[in-house]
Amino acid sequence: MDSILLTLLTFSPLLGLILLIFIPRTQTGALKLIGVLSSVLPLILAFVVYGAFDLKQAGLQFVEKLEWFSIPAEQVQFPINYELGVDGLSMPLVVLTAIIGFFAAIAGTIFVDKRWKEFYILFTIMLTGMLGVFTSQNLFLFFIFFEMTLIPMFFVMGIWGFKDREKAAMKFLLYNGLGSAIMLIVFVAIFMSVWTLNFTEIKTAFTDPGSPFNTQGSPVFIGEGLRYGLFIALLVAFAIKMPIAPLHTWMIKAYTESPTPAVLISSGVLIKIGAYGLLRFNVGFFPEVAHQLAGLLAVLGVINIIYGCLLALVQNRLKLVLAYSSISHMGIILLGVAAMNEVGFQGAVFQMVSHGLIAALMFFIVSVIFERTSTDRLDDLGGIAKSMPFVSGIFLTAAMASAGLPGMSGFISEFTAFLGLFKEMPIIAAIGTLGIILTAVYLLRAVLNTTFGPTSDRWTVLADAQPLEVLPMVLVLGFIVLIGVYPSVLSEPLQATLQNIVPRIGG
Amino acid sequence: MESRWGPLAQYDWSVMAPEFTILIVATLISVIDLLMPNHSNRRPLAWLGIVGSLLAGWFVLQNTGHGVVEILNGSYRVDAFGNVFKLIFLAGTIFTLLMSINYLNRGGVKEEEKVVDHGEFYYLTLTALLGSMIMSSSADAITLFVGLELLSISSYILVGTRKKHLLSNESAFKYVVSGSIASATVLYGISFLYGLTGTTNLFEMADRLGQAYMAGNALLIYIAFFLTFVGLSFKISSVPYHMWAPDVYQGAPTPITAFLSVVSKAAGFALIIRFFITAFRSVVDYNAANGPHSVLISELLLVVGILAAISMIVGNTLALRQTNIKRMMAYSSIAQAGYILVPFATLTSLIFEQTVFYLIAYLLMNMGAFAIIMIVTGDRETEDIRSFAGLYHRAPFLAIAMTFFLLSLAGIPISAGFFGKFYIFMSSLVMGNYWLAGIMIATSVVSYYYYFGIIRQMYMRPGETEAPLRVPAGIAVIVLIAFIGTVGVGIVPDSVLNFIHANFPLMDLIEAAGQ
Repeated sequence: MDSILLTLLTFSPLLGLILLIFIPRTQTGALKLIGVLSSVLPLILAFVVYGAFDLKQAGLQFVEKLEWFSIPAEQVQFPINYELGVDGLSMPLVVLTAIIGFFAAIAGTIFVDKRWKEFYILFTIMLTGMLGVFTSQNLFLFFIFFEMTLIPMFFVMGIWGFKDREKAAMKFLLYNGLGSAIMLIVFVAIFMSVWTLNFTEIKTAFTDPGSPFNTQGSPVFIGEGLRYGLFIALLVAFAIKMPIAPLHTWMIKAYTESPTPAVLISSGVLIKIGAYGLLRFNVGFFPEVAHQLAGLLAVLGVINIIYGCLLALVQNRLKLVLAYSSISHMGIILLGVAAMNEVGFQGAVFQMVSHGLIAALMFFIVSVIFERTSTDRLDDLGGIAKSMPFVSGIFLTAAMASAGLPGMSGFISEFTAFLGLFKEMPIIAAIGTLGIILTAVYLLRAVLNTTFGPTSDRWTVLADAQPLEVLPMVLVLGFIVLIGVYPSVLSEPLQATLQNIVPRIGG
Repeated sequence: MESRWGPLAQYDWSVMAPEFTILIVATLISVIDLLMPNHSNRRPLAWLGIVGSLLAGWFVLQNTGHGVVEILNGSYRVDAFGNVFKLIFLAGTIFTLLMSINYLNRGGVKEEEKVVDHGEFYYLTLTALLGSMIMSSSADAITLFVGLELLSISSYILVGTRKKHLLSNESAFKYVVSGSIASATVLYGISFLYGLTGTTNLFEMADRLGQAYMAGNALLIYIAFFLTFVGLSFKISSVPYHMWAPDVYQGAPTPITAFLSVVSKAAGFALIIRFFITAFRSVVDYNAANGPHSVLISELLLVVGILAAISMIVGNTLALRQTNIKRMMAYSSIAQAGYILVPFATLTSLIFEQTVFYLIAYLLMNMGAFAIIMIVTGDRETEDIRSFAGLYHRAPFLAIAMTFFLLSLAGIPISAGFFGKFYIFMSSLVMGNYWLAGIMIATSVVSYYYYFGIIRQMYMRPGETEAPLRVPAGIAVIVLIAFIGTVGVGIVPDSVLNFIHANFPLMDLIEAAGQ
């Protein structure tokens, strides 16, 4: 196919970058406008792609392929291509990225207080990186785009963050740098086993019963040991990204010290890359290993859920509550993956999208509150519903969505994820459901302590949401409700692709 | 007369045109320097040096593609391997001279510690360059030692040019002492080889060394190898002979630090690769249990691999604790030497291309970084890393360029350094050296911490001053070229690799001279 739609989509934010370079730094209005517009373009294009996406087709769509350069390895040259494409798994995430990108760009106009030019330049690079991660179809390109999200994020956290920003940025960089180094090692090892970088070709090589890599006695046969090794190494790399306890400490620091747009991007999209990698690479390339280690994944998931919930329950800062809540929700994704059946995977992807939207919305609201009160401590806040009824209302709604109230995206995701797991491991799933109860408890505690109760004198004159804040909140909430009441928008593109992954597992 | 000068006259001396050019220009500069009035401006001499280097570069290009030419009874050979290294040396020297024009102009940290504007700074740089060029072209142990000493002695003086600067004196002294020990070690190692083979010519040595091994002299060959390698590791500042680097890098004038870290190091690599691959390639163990195998590959280079790994670990971990930017760069350069040793240690079939590619990337990123370091530390009058604080507000383009140089040094895409490292990493895996590749990646992650420490200063810390930094034109040119090179090679790495591959058949290193 000759379509260049995906290239346009992936690199469209860079158009904004070029414009931004030529705008003087004093023109803050123009800088903000271009910054936001450079996220609108990919948003439009993402919906164009989604509209043109053939729901019935299981394979890749909008495929593009160009030769980029070649790696000399001994006597042969191995071409490294520029390959893009989307399937049912990446399509929802591309749309999610575009939405969160727009959300973060708006948040940038409100919460970023200096150096807008640099901020939006870094932002556009980051957005391109995130879109590229989901549209790339070979390991090398995936790695490049992955790094493209990492370095700008380091700058954004370190420059625009709060008091302890530099430490947070460094911690973020070192943890994620380690993760991407491990990832690179695995990618190269995969390349050297099957001599291709293309996702589809690797998948075929590893899973097709007829492939020489799976034929015992063939000279290129890949043994169990190597497969286990690669799987575990990848799991560690993505565990840092997601993050899975105990590799989550960078995230706690990052969420409390980063500027709002960075938190939106990180909680909305970046940590989903870990989950995406888990499904695309771990499960996609090594289904047998994944099947055998499903128990491990499930246990890790339950630990994440319970650990996140318990810590969220005792935090005194809203940002920390949300950070631990993210860990707990990532656990649900793990459970969905561990189910190793179509329903479970569907739940995992639902949860990725749903949590991306809800977490970003809640962090946005906390930032709105923080901007007015300069605190996110639960014992300081209280009763702000009187002065900020609209924000408080959205906050409560988002919290309900996060806790899995029917009719919102959180419910359908958690429901399908647990449904998938109950078929395979009822006991672990039962323990995991404890998390749902705990989630409701800590979220209600946080929201009620913030919005209800006696209003302190300090909070009686707070301004409610401004139009610029209302717009993205309502938009994102709209998507949350849309997925909740009409899940087909998400499940239809997924179904065909997931059917393609699942049968090979052979339960 | 006829019989005595006959062979000399028959040699094709034109192939040595690059060396002669440098020699003549260096002599010319020293004579002009002598005749010039004491207080006149000596900067035009540097321009003379630059023009001479460009001319020499043109001669090197004329020499390429003509196969291997040997002169002086097979002791000096002009081949693609030597030529490509000569181009790297020349480029590095041009950068160094450009930097020193502005360095001498702006001076050192304090008034009395300034380098006096003397011509020797320029002609010694050129003689050091000449030494490097001889090193890369010699096919005889005596010639290569002459080249090595010419480079070393010139650099000893250059390191100490800040006569009234305490650190500069200290570092020059350390450099002389440890350098002499290193040279002696090399010589001692070579003496074993001479004793075993009765020749100093590397090609004859190669043939006879195999016989010597079979005759039961394995131990002596091992000793010779390790003594020579340890001595030469001084030049590339890798473990075990790396401890001089931090002190010397700190004490030397910054352009000389850049010269040592790029040209001198590249010369060391040229020598190591040429010497060991030529002389040791036919040492084969026919009696081994699992069939005949090359002793170089199966035994000796394993130790080199271990030393490379230790270099990466030592360099990258000690760099974490540095507060002086030049010391940090010294440890960084120890680590980089470890990376560049990997293709040699694993002896991939693309060892030459990979080494040369990495050295080109290293030339660009390191020269760019040192040019900026020179300007910033000179302006703030301190070499503390905090001198970079707020650089972004003072000189945004300098800060952005520095960011890319540091990303490249850390091996992060999209930069020349990433691909340099990536190629090395790939082929060391292809050769089955998983542990070495693993250490390479792990230590790279460690290096993020200190490279990003500088980035953190530039963007996230307020500087003492917000005054715009004045960047001299010469420095701007270096930074611009290095920046375009670093990013450009990072986007189209293939073109550089193919260029090397197509124009420099580096395997001719071990071919007999033709025509």
